[in-house]
Amino acid sequence: MTTLSVQTPHTNAFPPGATSLPEASAVSGEHSVSIRDLSLSFGAVTVLEDLNLDIHDGEFLVLLGSSGCGKSTLLNCIAGLLEPTDGQIFIKGRNVTWEEPKDRGIGMVFQSYALYPQMTVEKNLSFGLRVAGLPKEDIAKRVARASAILQIEPLLQRKPAALSGGQRQRVAIGRALVRDVDVFLFDEPLSNLDAKLRSELRVEIKRLHQQLKNTMIYVTHDQIEALTLADRIAIMKSGVIQQLADPVTIYNRPKNKFVAGFIGSPSMNFLDGELAEEGGRPVFKTNGVSFLLDGYSASEPLTPGRKVVLGVRPEHIKVDADIAGEEIHEAIVDIEEPMGADNLIWLKLAAHTLSVRVGGARRYAVGSKVRLGFDMTMASLFDAATEERI
Amino acid sequence: MANVSTFDTTSTVVTDAAVLATTPSRALEGPSGRKPKRRLSRRNIILYGTLGLAALYYLLPLYVMVVTSLKGMPEIRMGNVFSPPMEITFEPWVKAWAEACTGLNCDGLSRGFWNSVRILLPSVVVSIFIASVSGYSLANWRFKGSELFFSILIIGAFIPYQVMIYPIVIILREIGIYGTLTGLIIVHTIFGMPILTLLFRNYFTSLPEELFKAARIDGAGFWQIYGRIMLPMALPIFVVAMILQVTGIWNDFLFGVVFTRPDSYPMTVQLNNIVNSVQGVKEYNVNMAATLLTGAVPLIVYFVSGRLFVRGIAAGAVKG
Repeated sequence: MTTLSVQTPHTNAFPPGATSLPEASAVSGEHSVSIRDLSLSFGAVTVLEDLNLDIHDGEFLVLLGSSGCGKSTLLNCIAGLLEPTDGQIFIKGRNVTWEEPKDRGIGMVFQSYALYPQMTVEKNLSFGLRVAGLPKEDIAKRVARASAILQIEPLLQRKPAALSGGQRQRVAIGRALVRDVDVFLFDEPLSNLDAKLRSELRVEIKRLHQQLKNTMIYVTHDQIEALTLADRIAIMKSGVIQQLADPVTIYNRPKNKFVAGFIGSPSMNFLDGELAEEGGRPVFKTNGVSFLLDGYSASEPLTPGRKVVLGVRPEHIKVDADIAGEEIHEAIVDIEEPMGADNLIWLKLAAHTLSVRVGGARRYAVGSKVRLGFDMTMASLFDAATEERI
Repeated sequence: MANVSTFDTTSTVVTDAAVLATTPSRALEGPSGRKPKRRLSRRNIILYGTLGLAALYYLLPLYVMVVTSLKGMPEIRMGNVFSPPMEITFEPWVKAWAEACTGLNCDGLSRGFWNSVRILLPSVVVSIFIASVSGYSLANWRFKGSELFFSILIIGAFIPYQVMIYPIVIILREIGIYGTLTGLIIVHTIFGMPILTLLFRNYFTSLPEELFKAARIDGAGFWQIYGRIMLPMALPIFVVAMILQVTGIWNDFLFGVVFTRPDSYPMTVQLNNIVNSVQGVKEYNVNMAATLLTGAVPLIVYFVSGRLFVRGIAAGAVKG
């Protein structure tokens, strides 16, 4: 698999009538896509309700969620393939709510590639341009540019059936590329590929974004794709955006328990308990064991007696020698899962099962006792009732 | 022999060292490789026996027809139905095609043949075109009430033709095309609609929806998507539709006899008139030849496009 060559297209390769080059459109701060109070329902089933979203110019936004959360529906609404029941969609400041897909200035890449099987790669790339009635030399230039960027020139005369999955997806991306649009929409583009190809194409898409600086909206259910690609991630659940933030914030300061549990693999440890105070310091109490909450930055006062859930990621629990001043708790090793680079150990602590990530070289015998230190600066506290972050 | 050394551990099991030396690859006892299959197993005898009997059962009448059509009348009167002709004659075929009398016309089946062709071509082309477009729009351009429309269309397929004949006669009479070929063509086109639309709709529904979406993003409209994306992908189903329509319309007797006049009778009606004429001697050889001639068209269509037919029928199951 070859990598994408970062090849800046020459400005004079485009006729003056063509839309502005993607490079020129990277004016940050301006909204490229805005969604206002968008609702969509199929009969009695409401998929999206009063959804608002602003996407900056040149931003890579990932819509992340499990299947049926409405992320693909939202993307189809932006593309104009689904009609919203209510609300507005703006692209580049223009209200496109009633516009045809082709007039919205978007290109779309689908999970199943959706290449026209009876056409060669070249015809696939140029289909939209031919439909639009562009002059032949103009079409040839755009196809040449896109195939150079994606390194698919040797494949131009082949039919899609003669291509591998990765090659097909490059052609599908190329089809969006030749349209020279402001916004790229990706609908789970890598989900049909095997793990190795997926990680390769993931890097290529990221490089493509860095090179073109277009606005990209990317739908996926894969959190790794979301975390690696996104400038910002919008995590969705039942048609509602749960949190919209950059990957670091999403990972470290999840807004609610759903986001905390959805992001991260192995997932975050959750302990049910309540807040208390010991010696003037706030503590978290569960099954008779108390954890000092030193270093936790709460957005609300930590009132004693409040029912809460403590969330700690497996890598934020320090074991034995790693402990640097944290309060020490003892736990018993239940199961050990070696994963190569890491070693995941499952522990019993105060009738809870915890997973802790340690280096791959460190092994623990089942039943042995280990000392744990919780890094409360990286922990999360959620209200037990509302499941919102405290 | 070179790999004997690799069997060091197993050679201790084998008692006769000579066996090992001569057949080193059989050092490990027991079945290996492909399992031998017996040709004359009970299963095969039953399977091919049944198939053979069924084929014979269906081929026998055809054989009798072909043989009889090649005999002269004196030979037929001898009564040996299954015996091959002692003297082959093609005269019955010529007579059936060009000389047999129906009513006042004595130009044989040829008149009916050309009538049938004139009925067949427009009704097949028009019905398949309309059905493919409506199937495509029902599958991809879901409009309000499209499901209801489709259901009504399908119900139409279950109403017996006989119920509708009299109303259609009145309608055609009022329009002024009763008894013309145009009228019959329109009737055939309409009656082909339910099943053909169902066929095309299901085929187009089985194509990935994203293909249609991609074409819309590329800016193609209703007819462009139909002509440039869907049509080239639907060739197998077009062949299926063509076979269904050609055989259906060619073999039709009821509509032909009701909606046309004697000089524009299709081949099937004319065949009936030849075979069932009560005057004169029954010319079995001519009747057989006439029947074979009438059945030839659908038969040829099946033979030529049989492979495509199977592919098209199965195509719905395979992802595009």
